[in-house]
Amino acid sequence: MIVANRKTLEEILSMLKPYQKILLLGCNECVTVCATGGEREVGVLASEIRLSRAKDGEPVEIKEFTLERQCDHEYIDQIRSFAGDYEVILSMACGAGIQYVAERYRNKVVLPAVNTTFLGVTLEQGVWAERCQGCGECVLHLTGGVCPIARCAKSLLNGPCGGSSNGKCEVDKELDCGWQLIIDRLKELGQLDKYEEIIPIKDWTPARDGGPRKRVREDLKL
Amino acid sequence: MRLHYPSNVKIVKVPCTGRVDILLILKAFESGVDGVYLAGCLEGECHFLKGNLRAKKRVQYVKTLLDEVGLGAGRVEMYNMSSAQGQRFAEVAREMTEKIRALGPSPVKKRK
Repeated sequence: MIVANRKTLEEILSMLKPYQKILLLGCNECVTVCATGGEREVGVLASEIRLSRAKDGEPVEIKEFTLERQCDHEYIDQIRSFAGDYEVILSMACGAGIQYVAERYRNKVVLPAVNTTFLGVTLEQGVWAERCQGCGECVLHLTGGVCPIARCAKSLLNGPCGGSSNGKCEVDKELDCGWQLIIDRLKELGQLDKYEEIIPIKDWTPARDGGPRKRVREDLKL
Repeated sequence: MRLHYPSNVKIVKVPCTGRVDILLILKAFESGVDGVYLAGCLEGECHFLKGNLRAKKRVQYVKTLLDEVGLGAGRVEMYNMSSAQGQRFAEVAREMTEKIRALGPSPVKKRK
């Protein structure tokens, strides 16, 4: 899932300063699962904004609404009938959702309430961790299912580096060395011979270096 | 026991403090209350195992939210007492009332 963190209330309030009528838009997908921008978080943020404005004696009207997804226009169009009643849209979706809402409502100011951070997994209730950087050319078949791009602080393709100590990374003593994880996993799988193979220099053009990416499946187009 | 406690304390009954969602506490502040405290069972004595411990964490979280909002973390507290501790219940009601009175009325209410 895409993992995000909510911005501080202070930052959100400063963005909202000129506005009184706010449409607060949540998303039922990734940001709901990582407890950042789902229906519950929309409720909490709306309450915080109302309390803060009431404290300062400033009026505010907030409509809370959570879409199934903010990355599909069919869902975004569900707010068309009432979006015009509000001065600003404050979105709690990931960066993709926020931008798509802004694209679909071109005359509306759309503000971000979250900082989108990484593609990750739920380690346990309330704990999420990064697993993928969407580099566009997966090498997990070579590295025992552990990603050297996302799990190694240097994204080394042939590691570990000299900063690996007792299985931990020099960047942070709590952080597992990605390459130690790869070696351990290859050992478990009886595939240590793969570790002997030098992984060639990576082509980064399928990653962000080739500019914004797009995927088209002609057979699915209407 | 016929114990007395301050009449400003209004009780909202829930089956377990584990039922108390962050939003319930925030809504109370939106309605203009000056303070909120949760009276949960003693730690380790929860019938639902962890309800009071979850409530304790949520109260801590709401404290950070109230600080952000500017109402102050001190307006929400978690207390633990058994259903047999009527004396403690009255004592906590007085303690919390004094604490909130010292903080003054909620700025949210003042502006209403």
